Amino acid sequence: MRKRSKIDLFAGAAALFAVFIVGGGGASAGEVDAQDFTAVAKGRYLSILSDCASCHTVPQKSQPFAGGRPIETPFGKIVAPNITPDMETGIGSWTDDQFDNAVRKGIGRNGERLYPAMPFNAYTKMSRKDVLAIRAYLNTVTAVYNPVVANTLPFPFSIRTSMRVWDGLYFKQGEYVADPHKSAEWNRGAFLVDGPAHCGACHTPKTFLGGDRTAQYLQGSPLQGWSAPNITNDARTGLGGWSVEEVADYLKTGHNRVTAATGPMAEAVDLSTSKMTDDDVRAIATYLKSLPGDGKPQTAIAASVPEMAAGGAIYRDQCSACHGLDGKGVDRLFPSVANSSMARADDPTTVIRIVLRGARSVATDKEPTAPGMPSYGWQLKDDQVANVLTYIRNSWGNAAPAVSPDEVARLRASVTKRSD
Amino acid sequence: MDYEQFGSPVMARILPKKDVVIIGLGWTGSVMANELTDEGLDVIAIERGPWRDAPTDFPPSQMQDELRYRIRHELFLRPDQLTFTLRNKLDQQALPMRDWGAFMPPNGVGGGGVHWNAEMWRFLPSDFVLKTHLTQRYGADFLPADMTIQDWGITYDELEPYYDRFEYLCGTSGTAGNLRGQIMEGGNPFEGPRSRDYPTKAQAQPFSHTLFAKAARELGYKPFPQPSGNLSTAYTNPLGLRMGPCTYCGFCEWFGCSNYSKASPQTTILPVLVRKDNFTARDNSEVVKINTDRSGKHATGVTFVDSSGEAWEQPADLVILSAFSMFNAQLMLHSGIGQPYDPKTGEGRIGRNFTHQTISSVNGFFDKTKFNFNPFIGSGSIGMCIDEFNGDNFDHGPLGFVGGGYVGQVQTGARPIESALTPPGTPKWGAAWKTAIKDNYLSTVKPGTGVHGSFYAYRDIYLDLDPLYKDRFGRPLMRMTIDIKDNEAKQNRYLTDKFADIIKAMGATSLAKTYRTAPYDATTYQTTHLNGGVIMGADPKTSAVNRYLQSWDVSNLFVLGASAFPQNAGYNPTLTVGALAYWAADAIRNQYLKKPGPLVDA
Amino acid sequence: MEARSGPLFSRRSLLLSTAALLISTSSRSTARTIAGALPWEPNGGNPPVAAKLGPWEFFSVDEGRAMEALADRIIPPDAQTPGGKDAGSAVFVDRQLAGGYGAQEGHYVRPPFIKGMKNQGAQSEGGPRKEYRDGLAALDKACKAREGGKSFADLTDDRKDAVLKNIEDGKLELEGVDGKSFFALAIKDVQTGFLADPIYGGNRDMAAWKMIGYPGARYNYLDWVGRHNEPYPLPPVSMIGRAEWTTNNSGAR
Repeated sequence: MRKRSKIDLFAGAAALFAVFIVGGGGASAGEVDAQDFTAVAKGRYLSILSDCASCHTVPQKSQPFAGGRPIETPFGKIVAPNITPDMETGIGSWTDDQFDNAVRKGIGRNGERLYPAMPFNAYTKMSRKDVLAIRAYLNTVTAVYNPVVANTLPFPFSIRTSMRVWDGLYFKQGEYVADPHKSAEWNRGAFLVDGPAHCGACHTPKTFLGGDRTAQYLQGSPLQGWSAPNITNDARTGLGGWSVEEVADYLKTGHNRVTAATGPMAEAVDLSTSKMTDDDVRAIATYLKSLPGDGKPQTAIAASVPEMAAGGAIYRDQCSACHGLDGKGVDRLFPSVANSSMARADDPTTVIRIVLRGARSVATDKEPTAPGMPSYGWQLKDDQVANVLTYIRNSWGNAAPAVSPDEVARLRASVTKRSD
Repeated sequence: MDYEQFGSPVMARILPKKDVVIIGLGWTGSVMANELTDEGLDVIAIERGPWRDAPTDFPPSQMQDELRYRIRHELFLRPDQLTFTLRNKLDQQALPMRDWGAFMPPNGVGGGGVHWNAEMWRFLPSDFVLKTHLTQRYGADFLPADMTIQDWGITYDELEPYYDRFEYLCGTSGTAGNLRGQIMEGGNPFEGPRSRDYPTKAQAQPFSHTLFAKAARELGYKPFPQPSGNLSTAYTNPLGLRMGPCTYCGFCEWFGCSNYSKASPQTTILPVLVRKDNFTARDNSEVVKINTDRSGKHATGVTFVDSSGEAWEQPADLVILSAFSMFNAQLMLHSGIGQPYDPKTGEGRIGRNFTHQTISSVNGFFDKTKFNFNPFIGSGSIGMCIDEFNGDNFDHGPLGFVGGGYVGQVQTGARPIESALTPPGTPKWGAAWKTAIKDNYLSTVKPGTGVHGSFYAYRDIYLDLDPLYKDRFGRPLMRMTIDIKDNEAKQNRYLTDKFADIIKAMGATSLAKTYRTAPYDATTYQTTHLNGGVIMGADPKTSAVNRYLQSWDVSNLFVLGASAFPQNAGYNPTLTVGALAYWAADAIRNQYLKKPGPLVDA
Repeated sequence: MEARSGPLFSRRSLLLSTAALLISTSSRSTARTIAGALPWEPNGGNPPVAAKLGPWEFFSVDEGRAMEALADRIIPPDAQTPGGKDAGSAVFVDRQLAGGYGAQEGHYVRPPFIKGMKNQGAQSEGGPRKEYRDGLAALDKACKAREGGKSFADLTDDRKDAVLKNIEDGKLELEGVDGKSFFALAIKDVQTGFLADPIYGGNRDMAAWKMIGYPGARYNYLDWVGRHNEPYPLPPVSMIGRAEWTTNNSGAR
């Protein structure tokens, strides 16, 4: 029994539209020939760059792009729709204009505004041709009957007209324009970061309305119980300590000498960045490293402070067997906490969470080991977690604000119910 | 409990067919699964115990727990799930091993590879042709009348490339002793020739191990570091898997490794294997039978029971039995594959040539004001050893026995419950005991398996099904009939005395020497190097599998593991077990798959 | 849809055996299919279960008294180090008997129980719980009969030692119990508790480890393996830490 509602984007309106349908092959009307191999291949690659699969596929269910995956937003959960070419519950009956409007303008099929959980404010950087190539590719995936009720945010966010205001504040429509003073590689990187790869969706902090704080572009942001790190070239908290090759390596394999991707980034590496070309990951690296950090100075906390001494004892007894007495870990096995900007981040959410719950790093074909960090939540009390992190953040040349037991207690309570 | 509800017989549900079903996902199952998935086959591995992984199951926050993992042996099979009965002689009644003692069988993904010491020894070239070699040198009459040793059906030279392969898979740390025929300083001068050096250098040795080597050298021996699967440096293996350096924690045997520095299926194979589309594993599912067709000559798959009591049938074209030596033998008996061995007639394939290891040790007590060994620092395969008394490396003529073993200070650590020892004559309790452990803990040398001798095969040391005791499925337990024969007792006495001389020469004030004597004791630990029962050989009358580990009875069944050893040599078995697995995998990939059927004429 | 093969075992035996199995294994015991990636879940694993402070969980008041007295003779207190009682050995034994060790968890306990040769291993139906109940009762009974009506705990230390020595030498037999075997068991368990991690109730404050010089639950000796014949300087640590892990103004959990 399919629920029909006015707000439901995808159910049952197909019959009202006279659209020429080609069995699972999707609409043949349109600017891009669905049978064009080049367009489909290009579209497939663009869908990888755009990481459509991340939101639109339920993990471990072998129904790519069939939707149904709940996306966490600060306002509640919103469920990603079915974008397979299914005529009734997918986008098989959409026109090219409707598809392009959704992806690049944030306007749904019936003219309603989409929530920016769909990162149209990034995808706007792509060209119409790019987007229709994605469509050509999506037309080739298996059509799956899977009705999805997309609008699940609580009132008042369920009223989509409020998006008009949001769009006015935060949505800057328009394709990417190359900077003629910069190299082709830099421009490619800027296009990817701000466009299909939509890095800012996680790495740029948001206002309370969920729009980008552009003054802190890519300087890190909390989400889903993690803190996405600063990915500008800041020496202390960003990519300043990595070479372009090391950034590219991280994106391509999920690992480098210093650290490994885990949590939501593990998924981004698995589904998207590890499948990009070497040139593209290099371009992203080049662009990111061109963004200056804020260079705020930070003084290290003295080793003699009681919290540092306690943290040092814990580190020596518990952490050093993997992360080393010198904090340098083991290449591509145990992160180098001595050199980790993640460890030094002003927002310690991710490091607290990893210590409490453990973490699995991503496996890629080039780096299949996927080492895991054990969970210490059962063993270390809040003050002990705080002190060992304070110690790590202020040893071997590191400097960062102390972590407090209250921060640990709050995070411990808030992640208890999470299953990820 | 209302039994009538459950009175009806159980029907197994049939699963979709796979190309290969692998019984047991330990070392040999993992090697074979990786090889056959590379060949493009669709492989399922069924493991009786749970999936295991370092960050969840052996983290460094809780692994250092001697009570839990050694004394209560939590990682191991529960006898309640499956055990054996044991007797020494044919005219005795076998009784169940209600708790483990003499050995400790593994359970779970990774099998014994999770909690072994990672001691990585090659056998000697003469070990593979033992019967021929000893008969030629000493004459047939020199061997005891009831000794049933055999040649293996393959030679060291044939196996050498596979030894190399497993050593490199594991990142083995060692010093070569014989490099392509050239004897190298610092290595084992008695070893067979190796084609290239070890992948990583030998581990560092703590104080007492170094002191042992010095004493041994001064007595004219050639000590060398024990080859170790606890790595001396970070290493990336041929599958691209990263391993870390061992940190000498002293929690090796009985324990999983917390920091990816011990070779195991988890660190060397499984992360690559699970990513393959054509591989699936099922844990907590026990295979209870290998099914054959009406002719009994062709396996059709296996039947297994999962944790909710459901029975399933997994059909497959090729069956790999890799469940650990003893469970291999047991499953062959329960499946009715191969004639069971009868010690009275000497006929039958399954259950013959069952062997263990001949183990003893010498503890040394030293002056605490002069010697501080920090004995808690160690790794599973740390140690300085001498091989002068192994195999046929020495003249047995005047001695009246055959066989031998390495001896060495191979102390792996000093966890206090088992290592707070007192010199001989100290009361077992009271103030004297308390003072003695305080005065001796740091200055005691406790090698553990310091004398590690061979255990040859005998007519009346064998495996069969017990007539009385049953397992939880109502099937008979497997019965072990095993004893220490005069030959092994003599061998052990000789080796132990030689070993004691070296410990004394280290400067010990007093020694506590134990010999291995009859009767075989089911209550004291003697390694889990249980072998035989499904042995390999050239003669189908006296072996169960051919030189490729293919069953003589059922040609689409291969049986991997130390069950294939016709007798045990004076070395730890796993490197040979792993090499044989690669050797069998090669035979399957290059010969069997092209033309399924017997690879050797019976 | 699914074909069925022939009958295999009785359903009763499968369900009973599997149920027992699920209770006795400590790690995950539900069958899973693993494919595609290494399994992961947060807070994975089985941390150790700490012994709880509080009243006896297995011993009666009298048994607990006798056990404490026994522990203090097996490991007497002295000026530097506590005895078995203050180190918590009796608590350790109590908690172990209340738990899996006492219940012979995981052991093969199917009949028949036939007495065999010593080297065939214990064939005891009752297990440690029965041995302690019977043994402690018999110990007190024997003392009351011979020592002027006093139970074991009420004897002087010298008398206690004499009684124990007589049991050990076979000169004093305990009624209905193999006294030698019971005393050997008590020695083993008391000494085990003394040397185990404090999380299990014994070895309080790591007193035993401090006494012998064992650094405890450490994992990294990379910087010490090459330092020969030098005393190791760091204090012992248990699985729940050591004093140095906490500042004086610690935040509570």
